Amino acid sequence: MSSPEFSNPIVRWIEYRLPVFSMLHHEMHEYPTPRNLNYMWNFGSLAGFMLVVMIVSGIVLSMNYTAHVDYAFASVERIMRDVDYGWLVRYIHMNGASFFFIVVYIHIFRGLYYGSYKAPRELLWILGVVILLLMMATAFMGYVLPWGQMSFWGATVITNLFSAIPLIGENIVTWLWGGFTVDNPTLNRFFSLHFLLPFVIAGVVILHIAALHQHGSNNPLGIDIKNKGDTLPFHPYYTVKDLFGVGLLLTIFMAVVSYAPNYMGHPDNYVEANPLVTPAHIVPEWYFLPFYAILRAVPDKLGGVIAMFAAIAVLFVLPWLDRSPIRSAKFRPVYFVLFWVLLADCILLGFCGANPAEGIWVVLSRIGTVYYFAHFIILLPLLSLYERPIDLPLSISNPSPSGSNA
Amino acid sequence: MSEPVHADGHHDADSGMDEGRRDFLFMATGAMAAVGTAAAVWPFLSNLRPAADTLALASTEVNVASVGEGQSITVVWRGKPTFIRHRTSKEITEAQSVNLSDLPDPQADSERVKASDAKWLVIVGVCTHLGCIPLGQKTGDAKGDYDGWFCPCHGSHYDTSGRIRKGPAPANLAVPPYEFVSENIIKIG
Amino acid sequence: MNLKSISSSLFAGIILLACSGTFSTIAVAAGAQKESACTPRELPAIPERKWSFQGIFGHYDHDSALRGFEVYKGVCASCHSLNLFAFRNLAALGATEEEIKGVAQEFEVPAAPNDDGEIVARKALPSDHFPKPYPNLKAAAAANGGAIPPDLSLIVKARADLEAHVPKILGGYMTPPAGCDIPEGRYYNAYFPGYQISMAPPLLADAVTYNDGTPATVEQMTVDINNFLAFVAEPKLEERKQTGLKVLIFLIILTVLLYLAKREVWRKVH
Repeated sequence: MSSPEFSNPIVRWIEYRLPVFSMLHHEMHEYPTPRNLNYMWNFGSLAGFMLVVMIVSGIVLSMNYTAHVDYAFASVERIMRDVDYGWLVRYIHMNGASFFFIVVYIHIFRGLYYGSYKAPRELLWILGVVILLLMMATAFMGYVLPWGQMSFWGATVITNLFSAIPLIGENIVTWLWGGFTVDNPTLNRFFSLHFLLPFVIAGVVILHIAALHQHGSNNPLGIDIKNKGDTLPFHPYYTVKDLFGVGLLLTIFMAVVSYAPNYMGHPDNYVEANPLVTPAHIVPEWYFLPFYAILRAVPDKLGGVIAMFAAIAVLFVLPWLDRSPIRSAKFRPVYFVLFWVLLADCILLGFCGANPAEGIWVVLSRIGTVYYFAHFIILLPLLSLYERPIDLPLSISNPSPSGSNA
Repeated sequence: MSEPVHADGHHDADSGMDEGRRDFLFMATGAMAAVGTAAAVWPFLSNLRPAADTLALASTEVNVASVGEGQSITVVWRGKPTFIRHRTSKEITEAQSVNLSDLPDPQADSERVKASDAKWLVIVGVCTHLGCIPLGQKTGDAKGDYDGWFCPCHGSHYDTSGRIRKGPAPANLAVPPYEFVSENIIKIG
Repeated sequence: MNLKSISSSLFAGIILLACSGTFSTIAVAAGAQKESACTPRELPAIPERKWSFQGIFGHYDHDSALRGFEVYKGVCASCHSLNLFAFRNLAALGATEEEIKGVAQEFEVPAAPNDDGEIVARKALPSDHFPKPYPNLKAAAAANGGAIPPDLSLIVKARADLEAHVPKILGGYMTPPAGCDIPEGRYYNAYFPGYQISMAPPLLADAVTYNDGTPATVEQMTVDINNFLAFVAEPKLEERKQTGLKVLIFLIILTVLLYLAKREVWRKVH
């Protein structure tokens, strides 16, 4: 790859010492991007945008927040009332978490649909799952900070998961809490980690992008780039397209922030934490509900915890469970159906998680859990053996079928 | 901003807008995006200003009935120590008889007190050099060469009107906005 | 590929958004109580009310909210704290500086320690918060038969039925159904979880005298207190909705321009 010539002397001076301009030029102008990416490919850049929104709003919030059990709730309300535009920054951060997860979940399901986790992008996928885990940890700890009833009891219930570990479970929980219950030390360490983890996420995102640029984006056809006619330079084609996506996302986001900022929240979190009274129904934030349903579906404490963590762990080995060489669901008629069933299953699990673990919901969450694992552990490996794919196109720029299956 | 596509020829060459309209569209979009970004930065910066509850505490009322002649009290106004001194007639004469041209920051004593109550001096007790609190409020304190206040950090001497007389401080001790709401009650701020 | 895939991504996003919301609402609905002797045969009718703060152009009814403050001050404040409310907040409802000062002076708050180190009471200032009825929660419980009257600052946001909550509780008192025993010091309320509430019916006609001469009927006071409590729960609602409208108009124009620019850049590719 030839380095471009720069005419500006300052740019040349810097470039000679730190080749940022040629890197930028390479990523923007030379980095070949498949020409057929659809709008589902916007969600990667949207996730990056949401990460920036969360970090910026979070840093500003932290300047007015007090991480102490006696003051945390009041300091958040002071932000909502007395701090200039505090209500805006707080609602942006609070709803931003939900939007970050919406965007990332769509990004993940796009990867599942188009087989983006397959060779040679396995590490790209695994880094993405690491980001998801870090996001979950960050979101969970952030939810504790306003010190409402849901904050407190969510923290209590989730940290108690670790007590399921045989022998040392109780000790681990006490260690996590820094006391004998969720209390001031817990709040302080959660605040510290909630501040730290987003920067860890940003670091893994850089690795995620580095891995992406090694082999380039997958595309809706799931076939490799054959020639230059299959690609477009990233700039201006995908910069303007990504910016349009950002505009659309921001419009929906600001509509929610302005007119329904508490729609995705829970009323109980406007009651200050009370360690002596548990709310009638403890529900995690919506983005954890499917996992919460899996936790409760297993009638055994340790088993439930293992199942919940396994639900994410299984994603790490997905590239080796789905052995089919065909990436895109467009050319896999059976996988196409299974994909939509899996999506429906996850939404069903979400509803199960939102409802009290009784009656029909217990049965449904068990069916949903069994299916979830069956999809990954049984159906995908079998599918790799028995599914007959549709003929793949010759290339991205020439979509006529090649007449062969590879 | 955009360059021609290395398209493989079978696409229509041109059927859309002309160059002028195209450039206008790109410029308008860019300008809107720039304005939007700038506007979005504002609330985040504005967030750091003193909040409404902080501003609401901006005035303090003080009852000075118990402050006898020659005594001083220190009250807190906006988080800063504020000196209220009941001056003796000797101190008032000292303050009034200074030749203004001798002062680093010339200001007549009459500009620093209320004409009707020249015995009361109200000043912000923060040295105008680098923000230390000058001595002179307590009876045993060093009052400096001019019988007023003395800043121990870098040796600034203030007189009985709180004016800088000697040392590195560039300006007189500030007089906050205040008024007598009744005979003995001063409202600062 | 264009519109179809935009709409499919939009669809995916909105479905997720809707799910995320319904997850929580369903969870709340599921909290319905089991049948018992105390289950009301018939719920007392609560009038359908349209609140001025709802909707895109929502704003508080300032006069009503100021009257609601009178109701809080005259009725609720004897048991319920309003910790997040400072007298100066009334300015957002149009009260003048003098009026606020006057109201604040009716109350006393502990002063900073005096020169003898004693904490004496002083008249409240606009910057002070409304004084609490009880010094601590134990005192609150002791004075109310073990029940702690909740702080009302966020009550409108902190209950699942939001702005309908306070009117429902206020209007939910009735004779218990046959077979439902209500212990001494408790009252039957059809809208309260468990149907037993420790608060006596708080609103009686003319419990307060409004400064503006409005007759203080129970209905009037219910509406006024709810407007006031909604304001205290979300004082920046007006600013939020007004700013939001401008931001959205701007973003819609920007997004349309970005779409046109995108289409223009991509024209030769398709």
